[in-house]
Amino acid sequence: MIGTIINYIVYLFLVIGVFFTLLGGVGILRFPDVYTRLHAGTKCTTFGSIFLILSIVILGLKTWHLGDTDGSVLAIHSIIALIAILLTNPTGAHAIARAAHRSGVMPIDAVVDRLKEKNDKNQDRKKTEVDTLEDE
Amino acid sequence: MIETELFIVLLLLFIGIVIAGIRILKGPTAPDRVVGLDTVNTIVIVSMVLFGAIYNVVIYIDVAIVYALLSFISTLFIAKYLEGGDF
Repeated sequence: MIGTIINYIVYLFLVIGVFFTLLGGVGILRFPDVYTRLHAGTKCTTFGSIFLILSIVILGLKTWHLGDTDGSVLAIHSIIALIAILLTNPTGAHAIARAAHRSGVMPIDAVVDRLKEKNDKNQDRKKTEVDTLEDE
Repeated sequence: MIETELFIVLLLLFIGIVIAGIRILKGPTAPDRVVGLDTVNTIVIVSMVLFGAIYNVVIYIDVAIVYALLSFISTLFIAKYLEGGDF
């Protein structure tokens, strides 16, 4: 009885995970510029992998409950892999976005670009500082 | 048992890898290709965990952890290279 319910939960998590991972793939193919592609390709795959690995964790805990200690090892190592994904994926996406902006790839159809405004302001301030130094 | 369903999931994830690979081949700019590579890396990590669960071999999941950290390092280095700054 309880085993059947756990199996259905695992199936549900697998379906959610595969759906969001494939959605990330479709987004990375269809979106128009780098930043929107990054949005799809990172967020959707991270969310999908959370659910896929959680289903494996539940499977491992179930085999552990049935008396096989291999299940606990499977569950704990899967959780460590999940933590590794959760720590590294958003950081990598942030680095790619900053690198793309600095290498000159600007967002298409963007109305507001706060990072560009900030950089321009900093450059203006540096220029005025240099000018005042030269005047003195 | 559940192995059949996990194999179907792996097949669908392989389709996701192929789609991201199309973006790597097509991508107009270099950051596009890096985004595709990052997506492929994430899906490969999840596939390794699923393989470990199917064959009940825990060492595959350890390989997935190391692969995650190494792909993170490689992504950071490529981003630094695109930025053009000094290290």
